[in-house]
Amino acid sequence: MRDALGVGIAVGLSGFAFGVTASGAGISLAQTCALSLFVFTGASQFALVGALAAGSGPLTAAAGAFFLGTRNTLYGLRLSGLLGLRPGARAAAAHWVIDETSAVALAQRGRHAVRFGFTVTGATLFVLWNLTTFLGALGAEALGDTAAWGLDAAPPAAFLALLAPMLRTGVERTTAGLAAVLGLALLPVLPAGVPVLVAALAAPAVLVVHGGKARRAADVLTRRKQERKQQQEQQQQQQQEQQQQQKQEQQERTESGSEEESR
Amino acid sequence: MSVWIAIGVTALGCYLVKLLGLSVPAGVLERPVLKRLTALLPVALLAALTAQQTFADQTALVLDARAAGLAAAAFALALRAPFLVVVAAAVLVTAGVRAVG
Repeated sequence: MRDALGVGIAVGLSGFAFGVTASGAGISLAQTCALSLFVFTGASQFALVGALAAGSGPLTAAAGAFFLGTRNTLYGLRLSGLLGLRPGARAAAAHWVIDETSAVALAQRGRHAVRFGFTVTGATLFVLWNLTTFLGALGAEALGDTAAWGLDAAPPAAFLALLAPMLRTGVERTTAGLAAVLGLALLPVLPAGVPVLVAALAAPAVLVVHGGKARRAADVLTRRKQERKQQQEQQQQQQQEQQQQQKQEQQERTESGSEEESR
Repeated sequence: MSVWIAIGVTALGCYLVKLLGLSVPAGVLERPVLKRLTALLPVALLAALTAQQTFADQTALVLDARAAGLAAAAFALALRAPFLVVVAAAVLVTAGVRAVG
């Protein structure tokens, strides 16, 4: 319960940053509030607003936001069995399937606790996110030139804060580095919004290369194992042969001994 | 008007991918490759967006006060600061550099 409220409040507050950013990007108050009400997944909202501000077309901007939202599918897959909802309730709950509600719900034990964690986080976040979006957009309009206040640095900082915890292994870091380079290098050449979509291809590219590497590493491992096995088998054979030789020698010795005794 | 179109398409698309996860029978999308790709896509997108929004002015590459702001955000992240503090650090440093420069 304290978990759910804590996460809800912390992230709900960042809605303020979104309101300010959207307003700085030239999005109207009504449009900014509509985004938080109906899209309700922070990274996609920031991405859409940033793309529109850079002059990208509506569909190109929406595509980037959409691809960022696909990770929520993964959360839904893991949640659906735990929540055990009927189709009607599912359609309503889907709107709240985001990073934070999933993190809280997946940490609970038992269906009742999962549903409770999901609902409390979802409700807290939804109310706070929309309220603070409204206040942020309103405040930014009062501030005037948002660049003078450094507010144009808010979106990249927000993206970086979302990205940092995802950079767990070399695969993620390589992907991030490649995507950043692609995103910048293609910026002067391609129409606004498109470079981000091309940079997204860094994900499958790195997966393919890494998959090949992993397979090759696995091959090397199995080959080494086989070699080791063969060596062991050879050693065993040699040992057996030696033992047999020793036995034979012993037998010969005892035989010759008994021969000597019999003499 | 085009902004409203972008909002409508994004809202619909983002809702449908959320609903898809809840509705698909368990096991259908559980392929390891698909899982890894869905987890890696946001990494690529966020990295590209971070770089662009720091170093881009429309379609030109520039180095301005935002770079200092992002460095401050990275520093705050390294200290495990909460989300709001990270964003605030970037905003304050960027504003400070602009005020001085």
